Amino acid sequence: MARLNSPEALENFRKDLLSKRDPNTPCISICAGAGCLASGASDVIAAFNAEIEKQGLKTDVDTKGTGCPGFCERGPVVVIYPEEICYLQVGPDDVPEIVSQTIKEKKVVNRLLYVDPTTGEKATQESEIPFYKNQERHLIGNNIKIDPKNIDDYMALGGYSALAKALSQMTAEEVLEEVKKSNLRGRGGGGFPAGRKWEGSRNAPDEPKYVIVNADEGDPGAFMDRALLEGNPHSILEGLIIGGYAIGSHEGYIYVRQEYPLAVENVTHAIKQAEEYDLLGENILGSGFDFMVTVHKGAGAFVCGESTALMTALEGRVGEPRPKYIRSNIKGLWNRPSVLNNVETWANVPLIINKGADWFTQFGTEGSKGTKIFSLVGKITNTGLVEVPMGITLKDIIYKIGGGIPGGKAFKAVQTGGPSGGCIPEEMLDLEVGFDELAKAGSMMGSGGMIVMDEDTCMVDVARYFIDFLTDESCGKCVPCREGLRQMAKILTNITQGEGKAGDIELLEELSETAVEASLCALGMSAPNPFLSTLRYFRDEYEAHIKEKRCPALSCKELIAYHIDPDKCTACMICARKCPADAIVGEKNQIHVIDQEKCTNCGTCFEVCPPRFGAVKKISGEPVPAPIPEAERTIVRKSKEK
Amino acid sequence: MSEIRLQIDGKEVKAREGMTVLEAARSEGITIPTLCHHEKLEPFGGCRICIVEVDVRGWTRLVVSCIYPVAENLVVRTRTEKVDRIRKMILELLLAHAPDSPDLQNLAKTYGADRDRFEKEASFCIHCGLCVRYCAEVKKKDAVGFIDRGIRKEISFIPEIAAKECWNCKECFPLCPTSYLQAAYVLTEALAFPSSSSEAVSEE
Repeated sequence: MARLNSPEALENFRKDLLSKRDPNTPCISICAGAGCLASGASDVIAAFNAEIEKQGLKTDVDTKGTGCPGFCERGPVVVIYPEEICYLQVGPDDVPEIVSQTIKEKKVVNRLLYVDPTTGEKATQESEIPFYKNQERHLIGNNIKIDPKNIDDYMALGGYSALAKALSQMTAEEVLEEVKKSNLRGRGGGGFPAGRKWEGSRNAPDEPKYVIVNADEGDPGAFMDRALLEGNPHSILEGLIIGGYAIGSHEGYIYVRQEYPLAVENVTHAIKQAEEYDLLGENILGSGFDFMVTVHKGAGAFVCGESTALMTALEGRVGEPRPKYIRSNIKGLWNRPSVLNNVETWANVPLIINKGADWFTQFGTEGSKGTKIFSLVGKITNTGLVEVPMGITLKDIIYKIGGGIPGGKAFKAVQTGGPSGGCIPEEMLDLEVGFDELAKAGSMMGSGGMIVMDEDTCMVDVARYFIDFLTDESCGKCVPCREGLRQMAKILTNITQGEGKAGDIELLEELSETAVEASLCALGMSAPNPFLSTLRYFRDEYEAHIKEKRCPALSCKELIAYHIDPDKCTACMICARKCPADAIVGEKNQIHVIDQEKCTNCGTCFEVCPPRFGAVKKISGEPVPAPIPEAERTIVRKSKEK
Repeated sequence: MSEIRLQIDGKEVKAREGMTVLEAARSEGITIPTLCHHEKLEPFGGCRICIVEVDVRGWTRLVVSCIYPVAENLVVRTRTEKVDRIRKMILELLLAHAPDSPDLQNLAKTYGADRDRFEKEASFCIHCGLCVRYCAEVKKKDAVGFIDRGIRKEISFIPEIAAKECWNCKECFPLCPTSYLQAAYVLTEALAFPSSSSEAVSEE
């Protein structure tokens, strides 16, 4: 095992490693991230291994399961090096053809390539696909090249060179200055400048000091940190060690939710490998700097992403926030100076040290520098992880990268910032993405969740959903959050069920004020955002629900009714057969009618009615038209007239 | 200990370093309401009723006085329109759970809180944590604790500990603002250690 006792030893090791790796040897990278695994990537990996063995190519080809490259919508993703051919939605059945054609014959399997939906053109390489082409991928770009269980893959790409540079060529103050100069802001939600946080800890008198990775990613639909931790754990470790050096800490913690078993496994494995290489432990790279890291598994509470609750949980106590007016970088874990940064923040550190603050600040807006990973989900064509420069517009993310809204539906809003973020309407899609810009729009950057909603989404119901989530996740320690959110959830539920009353909006506003102004921690303080932002941009929807008992998006079950348009119904019997409540009266050649007494508003008839007929309608806020008299229901077909 | 001068409701107040705004105010006879505060216990900051407005470095912000430390030249206002409005809301939220608590009713008079503003959910406990913390911090017994989280959170006696420790203590009983604690104790006793408690009584 290599013992890297100096920066030179590290570089020699890297040279040796690269000399043993022929860049022309074919390498098949198969995404083994959460999304692709769910689409069957492990079967694909097994099929490749078996096929290569079968075709006698075992010594000539490398295969590896890698981290997530982001294009989850089209997973399992396979990239073949050195040509960088990108195959999408690969199944085990495609494997023999890929091996015999692409690996042996150097021919591209056209049917597995990306096809541009507008031009019909095929893209052979990842970089030609619009989803990737419009990104700026410095953090997740390497995921597809790295087997996260193999430190050598990270080393081959220059891994730990930033650590070597920091330890051998820079003083701790210089590292701190570089991070301050980069204006790197926390990627976990608050957006606090990392350099200032570090400086506070460095200057704090108490010892020992701690550095902590916040990997308690809990926002529904968000998996940025998961992809980084699972796919490139060494980049986070390297950042953490550099942070420890900068503030004078010798002890780091990774607080990762136990619901991410692969992340726990990969980062634990990465720590072991780094220790074996002397990149962790005593006298790292011969610098005299000691540093060790411990992985701590969270027990599954959303609130533990909050800094003081996380530290309390790390101490082994119930994960509830602390009521303190002193920052945790001064008095944090065990009352000692503690720098807590999010996974993505730490992953940026090696880049800043290697390439410099000036390189980093070329991306972004005045107040938000660098790139940011977003998890693009919801009603969007290309679901996945996207890394973009700060300052890109929401429109570019949603349309250029995300490919717009599927099914010909109209865009309605994008929810950013996780459950306590806000919804941004269409007229603000030119908004540049940045911490201050999103906050001004009534939302927030949060950790990078981005949920796209189309015209079928009811904004009152969206607010209800998120407030419900936060009520469930409230730790219950303070009254404004525990009791205030409980009441907000009740009122919003009533409104979506047609039981809204005059004065509900004002009461919700008053409860919001109490939660924002008087809650103990950031969870409660930001929890009313889903309500406040939807009220700001979609007030008419609240009023329609309360005053007219109407859901404009035709989504709230209690406020809609289904009706069959007698002029369009062809009496095909499909809806009548599928109705689980036996609520559809009809037979062959008899126009179907929904018995409103029996109907449960499940929507099955609406979904199964063939689009060419489109006879089933949703209506809200108006009486259901009376069923046509039985005598007029018979359909006289032209063919039968003859 | 250096002396700190601050202003509370227009009055010059002297305090010692390390004191909270609440302690400084009370030492001068200025009333700030509290529900989860107790001199013998670590600050909890849960009820938020002791919220006050402070001017600090040119900013006006709301803080809870049971935790916020005094500082030189700090300006504190204990009754503003906003402070009162928030206190009223906190009381109304709690009155949905414990409508007959004398502490809550007294404060409700001061702040004009409507005990029927929210639908009753008579769980009686207002989660001030006085019993739990007193048992842990002063008695060091942990015979009563919180279980579950958020809106499902409840106090609960731990039968194994309560059976041994509680019968001759019960110092937490008068701390409870709603009497729910006694009920919880009696219920635990009846369900979990009725015989041991009667033995204890007969030994007396």
